[in-house]
Amino acid sequence: MTDQHKHQRPPSGFNRRAFLKGSGAAATALAGGTGLVQAEEATTKIVGPDLKPITLNVNGKDHKVQAEPRTTLLEVLRLQLDLTGAKPVCTHGSSGASTVWVEGKPVEAATTLALDCVGKKIRTVESLGGDKIDPVPTAFVHHDAMQCGFCTPGFVVAVRAFLDKNPQASEAEIRAGLNGNLCRCGTYANVIQAALEVVQGGKNG
Amino acid sequence: MAKEYNWPKFGTAALLGTDQDRIDGIPKATGTAKYSYDINYPNMLIARVLGSPHAHCKLTAIDLSAAKQVPGVVSVVAMKEPGNEIRWQGDLIACVAAESEGACAEGLAAIQAQYEMLDVFVMDDQLEAAEAAKRTSKGGDNTQLENEAGEDEDEDEFAEKELQRLFDESAAVVEGYYGIDAITHMCLEPHGSTCKWDDKKLTANLSTQNVSGTAGQFASPLGITAGDVTVHCDFIGGGFGSKFAADPWGVLCAQLAKDTGRPVRLMLDRDIELKTAGARPSAFMKVRAGADKNGVVKVWDSHHWGTGGPAGGAVSQGVIPYVFDPPNRRRKATNISTNTGPSRAWRAPNHPQACAISQTVYDDIAAKLGLDSYDVFLANLPSVSNGKAEVYADQMKVAAKLMDWKAKWHPHGKGQADGDVVTGLGMGIHTWGGGGHPSNCLIKIHPDGGVETSLGSQDLGTGTRTAIGMVVAETFGLPLSAVKVNIGSSAYPASGPSGGSTTIGGVSESNRRGAQDALRTLNELVGKKLGVEPNTLIASGGRIFVEGNPDKGLSWKEACSLLGMQPLEQKGSFVPGGASPLSSSGVAGVQMAEVAVDRATGVVRMKKFVAVQDMGLIVNRQTAASQIYGAAIMGIAFALYEQRIMDPQSGSFLNAELTDYKLPRLGDIGEIVVEMYEPESEYNRGVIGLGEPPVIAPGAAISNAVANALGIRVPVLPLTPERVLNAIEKGRNA
Repeated sequence: MTDQHKHQRPPSGFNRRAFLKGSGAAATALAGGTGLVQAEEATTKIVGPDLKPITLNVNGKDHKVQAEPRTTLLEVLRLQLDLTGAKPVCTHGSSGASTVWVEGKPVEAATTLALDCVGKKIRTVESLGGDKIDPVPTAFVHHDAMQCGFCTPGFVVAVRAFLDKNPQASEAEIRAGLNGNLCRCGTYANVIQAALEVVQGGKNG
Repeated sequence: MAKEYNWPKFGTAALLGTDQDRIDGIPKATGTAKYSYDINYPNMLIARVLGSPHAHCKLTAIDLSAAKQVPGVVSVVAMKEPGNEIRWQGDLIACVAAESEGACAEGLAAIQAQYEMLDVFVMDDQLEAAEAAKRTSKGGDNTQLENEAGEDEDEDEFAEKELQRLFDESAAVVEGYYGIDAITHMCLEPHGSTCKWDDKKLTANLSTQNVSGTAGQFASPLGITAGDVTVHCDFIGGGFGSKFAADPWGVLCAQLAKDTGRPVRLMLDRDIELKTAGARPSAFMKVRAGADKNGVVKVWDSHHWGTGGPAGGAVSQGVIPYVFDPPNRRRKATNISTNTGPSRAWRAPNHPQACAISQTVYDDIAAKLGLDSYDVFLANLPSVSNGKAEVYADQMKVAAKLMDWKAKWHPHGKGQADGDVVTGLGMGIHTWGGGGHPSNCLIKIHPDGGVETSLGSQDLGTGTRTAIGMVVAETFGLPLSAVKVNIGSSAYPASGPSGGSTTIGGVSESNRRGAQDALRTLNELVGKKLGVEPNTLIASGGRIFVEGNPDKGLSWKEACSLLGMQPLEQKGSFVPGGASPLSSSGVAGVQMAEVAVDRATGVVRMKKFVAVQDMGLIVNRQTAASQIYGAAIMGIAFALYEQRIMDPQSGSFLNAELTDYKLPRLGDIGEIVVEMYEPESEYNRGVIGLGEPPVIAPGAAISNAVANALGIRVPVLPLTPERVLNAIEKGRNA
């Protein structure tokens, strides 16, 4: 991801004001500060409130799904596509457990709306598994950077994304740069070692 | 001949004590491991619960009609009736099952309930206020004195006089107030289940630490028998002592599934989870302790209190002071009933709080006498209550070397400051049982050489699945990958709940016993085939052969083919009680902390943490070490960050969301050094549970390090910046 993507927002396909009148839970999620609550463009098309068929590109494949304006990306991934690696830990997105990539950028699927992801490339932790396992989850296993494992998929995505951006990260940089994910069992010490192995083992490109 | 069970002799095991990757590591790390929250069934409904907005009230009316009209809502159920008293914020009022998360949230918002307010009390740190509000109850007391009262003397009066005499004789007396706030479990996967009926049989995918023990809890209220229920839990996203029961929300989920004829998932929302699904009791204490000139505590007089919620439930008086048991002591506990969510067992119940409020007193004695805290802890070891004085002394030496204690030590408050930043050292010691729970397993050896073991246990994240596989593979002389481990279902032979560090002992016992018995049966066949006595055979390196003559034997596969058409099935069972060669209980443990405290901001930073821990025979070195790292980090959490913050007026739980409930992040932990204490004598004790002990002493160790840095005690944990600054300010004005 390059910096120039940071401030670009592709045109949105729905009305956030209409959305905010909807679900209390989802509205709270927005208020948590993901940067999505922004001034409306007057030209925005109104969508909803009913279910609408949309196509989401997830892990390289197009999927037809149904979403209301208030439906989060996390809900679609988990319930409609059975991609349950991203976890629902909190509605505010402060745990990092629902981290996925949207257009190459790590975001919390819990605070990202499904309709906002139409036409974008979504990638989930499951894309790091399968026949050819990414070095990051492998390093997590070798260093036992997991206990209950509920935070682990989100952490794996965060580490992968961080190392993609900082391929030669030092331990100090790893300690400073991976504070968006929360683990209750206390796997941080092992996560640091896993990330370091990927850097130092030359497995990071 | 009586069956004999044993472990390989020290130093001869192929797998035990080695580092083994988790056999379920890749599914966990790539997101394909399925937790209860991840089980999706076609046509499934999403259910959520409504919690009481008020901490103490009476429900006067509840109207579900508007909620039932919300598009997408399928079922709305009241969980309280008008007239019911509600005693904490977040107690369950009603439940909505709907087609989507959004419809569910909208349905909950449409429920109309009316409440009559009742008096609220949540100030668990304030004993006098609790007494005035009639919220206290006796929590037990106990007095121990070297001298006995005369026959005609009143015992209480004698104790009073005797304690005073001992205080008068003391070289140093510390008198103070110490405390630790209530915290929550904060399981990242909240409590809940996904339930499905097939005809009259229920499958409950329950997030549970108790796979074998919860089926009956579903059955009875649903009017079926436990045999009609299968509880299933392959993976659990954290429990820490809070997930032993089906709970009302589990039973409700099953009921909703029955009523609607559709599978239902009901997981608690984060805030409800924190408000209602368990907390660790708080502990506050007024204490006077007297010591001789070497810092040896000779007399202790304490009164502590705290809350475990509406039912009271202070820390047991039996663990005060912690591990150390001075010859003369009087201790008293008072329970405080508060309008806060009920407590549940939290990793090492009672111990972390007891350690935090009493080993800080021992450190203050060192400060008062101008002694090195290490020397004071050492001098008090003869009084430890678990008979492990020598183990502690040895572990202290190891820990001090790893911390470089002697070189870094400075008297309390007398270190070199770097601007506003001062550093300090502190330590704590702990104890725990960790004996195995009852456990049964079924081991199958297939004629094609395949091996599997099945038991109704669960893997909390400690690596139970892998440890079981290692025990069986070790016994059969096979690689870990050759053993299939089936756990997480009540359909398997019953095994105990995972609590109190009892799992590793229990499952190692049942699996080693079952595997050794199975091997004896297989060896009979191999012995017959080879024309040798079965007891001359050993299983190692994928073969069964005559000990000392590796050529005279069969490959594992050849040996298993002798079984014919049927697999060999062998039950393995363990019932605790009496000595076993395979497991025991009772551990020590020493921890040291080094912190940096910024006196301008009050921020405490971890520099280094050292944990030295014994655990008997180590099964999987890697996952055992992870337990200790994790415990240290959880300890850093409750020492410096986490607290349940209640509004004293309304009784609201103010920080019941992850955004506000502060926990350490990856950058907050400093350097952590884990040392497994494992002389041969420990190996020979067999397997002992490890989960609880290392989480006990961090509070004391870190608080003592902060006191050493500042020369002032910050009396109540967590040591937040505000509390550190307040203590500095108080010290300045003293």
